[in-house]
Amino acid sequence: MKARVLALIFCLTLSPAMLIAGEVEVLHWWTSGGEAKSVAVLKQLLEEEGHTWKDFAVAGGGGDTAMTVLRSRAVSGNPPTAAQVKGPQIQQWGDEGVLANLDEVAAAGSWDDLLPKVVADVMKYDGSYVAVPVNVHRVNWMWVNPEVFRQAGAMIPTTWEEFTVAAEKIKEAGFIPVAFGGQDWQEATVFEIVVLGVGGPDFYEQALVKADPAALNSPTMIKCLETFKAIKPYTDANAPGRDWNLATAMVIQGKAAMQFMGDWAKGEFTAAGKRPGVDYVAVPAPQTSGAFLFNVDSFIMFDVKDEDAQEAQQAMARLIMGEQFQQVFNVNKGSIPCRLGMVRGAFDDPALRSMDEFSSAAASGNLLPSMAHEMAVFPAVRGAIFDVVTNFYNSDVSATKAAEQLAQEVQAAAY
Amino acid sequence: MSAVLDRLQRFLPQLVLAPTTVAILVFVYGFIFWTGWISLTRSKLLPRYDLAGFQQYITLFQNDRWWVACKNLVIFGSLFIFFCTVIGLLLAILLDQRIRLEGAIRAVYLYPMALSFIVTGTAWKWMLNPSLGLERLVQQWGFENFTFDWLVNSEMAIYTIVIAGVWQSSGFVMALFLAGLRGIDDSIIHAAQVDGAGLPRIYRRIIIPSLRPVFFSAIILLSHVAIKSFDLVVALTSGGPGYSSDLPATFMYAFSFNRNRLGFGAASAMMMFFGVMAIIVPYLYSELRSKRHG
Repeated sequence: MKARVLALIFCLTLSPAMLIAGEVEVLHWWTSGGEAKSVAVLKQLLEEEGHTWKDFAVAGGGGDTAMTVLRSRAVSGNPPTAAQVKGPQIQQWGDEGVLANLDEVAAAGSWDDLLPKVVADVMKYDGSYVAVPVNVHRVNWMWVNPEVFRQAGAMIPTTWEEFTVAAEKIKEAGFIPVAFGGQDWQEATVFEIVVLGVGGPDFYEQALVKADPAALNSPTMIKCLETFKAIKPYTDANAPGRDWNLATAMVIQGKAAMQFMGDWAKGEFTAAGKRPGVDYVAVPAPQTSGAFLFNVDSFIMFDVKDEDAQEAQQAMARLIMGEQFQQVFNVNKGSIPCRLGMVRGAFDDPALRSMDEFSSAAASGNLLPSMAHEMAVFPAVRGAIFDVVTNFYNSDVSATKAAEQLAQEVQAAAY
Repeated sequence: MSAVLDRLQRFLPQLVLAPTTVAILVFVYGFIFWTGWISLTRSKLLPRYDLAGFQQYITLFQNDRWWVACKNLVIFGSLFIFFCTVIGLLLAILLDQRIRLEGAIRAVYLYPMALSFIVTGTAWKWMLNPSLGLERLVQQWGFENFTFDWLVNSEMAIYTIVIAGVWQSSGFVMALFLAGLRGIDDSIIHAAQVDGAGLPRIYRRIIIPSLRPVFFSAIILLSHVAIKSFDLVVALTSGGPGYSSDLPATFMYAFSFNRNRLGFGAASAMMMFFGVMAIIVPYLYSELRSKRHG
């Protein structure tokens, strides 16, 4: 411990060129265009400090494949230095006792002041930092094609009652009101947005963060489920299995009026050459304007034996939270920094608005982790909720029955 | 010197077989045992080895999705094996009529076998998609009311997997039957013809019964394809809509690897194993025994 403190003081006081050079092996699944470019920034920053970066990218499956690889590496006692792991899974890795402690870097960088408490809590195991947050995405957005709304003579809805009125008009005008992809995570994304809107932030926290059976099987949940299912008639018949970006394309092309999706959809609009506020509008989903469902990517650091590697690891943690990386990375990826009070210059308008709402939601307690995006509950519980929600959406199970199943399956999954 | 060589000669077969035997013992039976052990623990993210009873199995039997997966396996398995066998046999009989270009036609029917299930699944996904494929094509031909939406219909999605599976595998079954048909002694058929039996009757009473060993291999081969089906479902429907076209293999993968429920996934894997055993062992036993006596 003492040696590490000394080493850290070394790190912080000496110029980068004099540091001991270590190697970090980083497991991640950021392999597509903008993401790969963002990771390259981190690599470059580390190399400027004299460390070497060993890329361990595992593409595919939204990280599922990478997790399988990580598990086998960990079981064989040879984990990488750092791995892209998020949400409550950090706690599960903590339980295995394989994570490195980052408290010293965190204290030196005063992470506790920079991060909203809900976000910091996700990064901590047993009160100590074991993970570094990289970026923040907001999930509860509604992406709107204003031209379609204009042609149908409908208003952009801010409540679920208004939504029904608008969707009816749009349907009559011959457009698809809601662009939707029938994959379980997309269904769950829309579901949690509805729960947040209809049930309110407190109910959301009880039901989908604490997974309280009493909240899951309650009249409020039944109302949420009914509102969620009421969206289905306003989607097209070919939605099952559709990828989210193809659904976004329907909004871009003016075939559909709106889509409920996180802010990563912005990249699709930008790539299609659409201007925010003119060709498309992003508004908070109905009844969720003050609330912010967050999806934060993070890196966990494994407890490695090699001291040089430990140095490199601590340097990586420091750099990820550094202003320079947070800015360059998030501008590239279209997300916002996880640290509050950043210099605003480099970000575009939607990002700035997101940043403001992030800090105001953090202050008001309406900053909540996204269930669908692995931030709120353990994968087993998330999977159980997914099963019930997707089955409810795709069959004729009643909302009352689905609420019962929610409580039941969630309890079974906790074993 | 020669004594040593002699001894070596005697032990050579054992020596050559030893590595494979060890590999099979460890990697097949060893891991079956390992999975069985894990299924009795509370393993989540990583394996743990302290036994905790049959709770995982109890939870499994209470899980709706598991029963949907089992029901789907029964539907898919029986229809897949039935249609592959019938279509394969029919094609083989037709090809066996000494037609021209037999080689070329045989290659056409065998070619799907050269594709992986991922390719088959993706191609059929496009063909069956209502807004891209068959339904749109027929509607453009002028049949406005034609609908074929099995792929996006939770009641019917499992049958699209049967269609794609049969398309891929029936050519292979045809090849098996064709080899069997070619192996039948012509003199038996001539004798039957002399006795005045018509062609349908010859097929029904002589040729098809003598193909019994081919049926045996075909069913064994097809049933293991059916039980381990994974890639086809992933490519074609990815288990959807909802989880209506889930199979036990995709169920096991989802729970063990996406949801960090290793013990629960292991329990479902063991149930698949017992299911296979319950079907295959009596079948193998009866087939092999009757052969010994016959």
